[in-house]
Amino acid sequence: MAINVRIPTPLQKLTKNNAEVECTGSTIRELIDNLEKEYPGLKERFYDEGGRLRRFINIYVNEEDIRFLQKDNTPVKDGDEVSIIPAIAGG
Amino acid sequence: MSLRDDQVERYSRQIILPNVGGKGQEKLLNAKVLVIGAGGLGSPVSLYLASAGVGKIGIVDSDAVELNNLQRQILHSTKNVGVPKVDSARERLTAINTDIAVIPYKTRLTSENILDIIKDYDIIVDGSDNFPTRYLVNDACVLSKKPLSHGGIFRFDGQAITIVPGKSACYRCLFPEPPPPGLVPGCQEAGILGAVAGVIGVIQANEVLKLILGIGEPLAGRLLVFNALDSTFRIVKVPKNEDCPICGRRPTITKLIDYEEFCQLRAKRGIERKEK
Repeated sequence: MAINVRIPTPLQKLTKNNAEVECTGSTIRELIDNLEKEYPGLKERFYDEGGRLRRFINIYVNEEDIRFLQKDNTPVKDGDEVSIIPAIAGG
Repeated sequence: MSLRDDQVERYSRQIILPNVGGKGQEKLLNAKVLVIGAGGLGSPVSLYLASAGVGKIGIVDSDAVELNNLQRQILHSTKNVGVPKVDSARERLTAINTDIAVIPYKTRLTSENILDIIKDYDIIVDGSDNFPTRYLVNDACVLSKKPLSHGGIFRFDGQAITIVPGKSACYRCLFPEPPPPGLVPGCQEAGILGAVAGVIGVIQANEVLKLILGIGEPLAGRLLVFNALDSTFRIVKVPKNEDCPICGRRPTITKLIDYEEFCQLRAKRGIERKEK
């Protein structure tokens, strides 16, 4: 078992065109660090240059926005689904 | 107000719905909805609202129809290429339904004109195509306490959320800041499958009809995310942010700001951080 991460279209270039990837970690921060090892370039899409989580791309554990949980210290466990949802403006 | 015979006939399939009836139809005929953008989202939204008999539909768009719009902007026809979108929209919508008034606004929304335009409407629909307009519309609706149906599309992805000011999360609660310009390309650069605009636009139309009729549960406090490639819909929770600068407990934005600058500043700040 692992954590299933759903990648939105704009970031799939970094995940070899995969819409879903599996990864491990006990917190969102660990999960992102592990993702970065496999898919370099992904981490900077979540954090700004100051190491803060960006405010136009949201991370959800199951249905909950981590900004309203414990941000990147939010714990994750096997079987959780993590969704990345960026702001999109097309219309 | 009582319905004419031809109205009873025209709307019969929705009047017979248990939650609609003649009363519901009268609500629709008396409703005033402003659709921002006569493009990929605004097309299906306004077509369904006009067909359902929403009595007054305002359409805001400053552009003219281009040939490359027709792949998804189903309001417009080949013969309308070069014609202002709002005129093409009015022609098509009033051809479907002679009961309704379609009010064209051939203008770009700004902090100066938006409050004056939205004040005449009950519900606002955002089908615009850029971040400055999306934050402008959000803030104007929160300040004016107007319910807002928000939709966004990108390639094979779509999102929709309904914002009920004072009750549910606003767009800033969901995304506190826009991405720096250039990071997220628009449909023009990134492409869009026409049917994706249809899926999200129809959801927005459905939200508006529910709000007018007062039936069901609005898509408020929840973001609907559509992925066209695997045909999935997912819902994530969007809580109200107590620290939201416009709808939080201590708002710091109490009047409209300069949204082009707001969206540019983020870029500049990003560059400064990089330089450090």
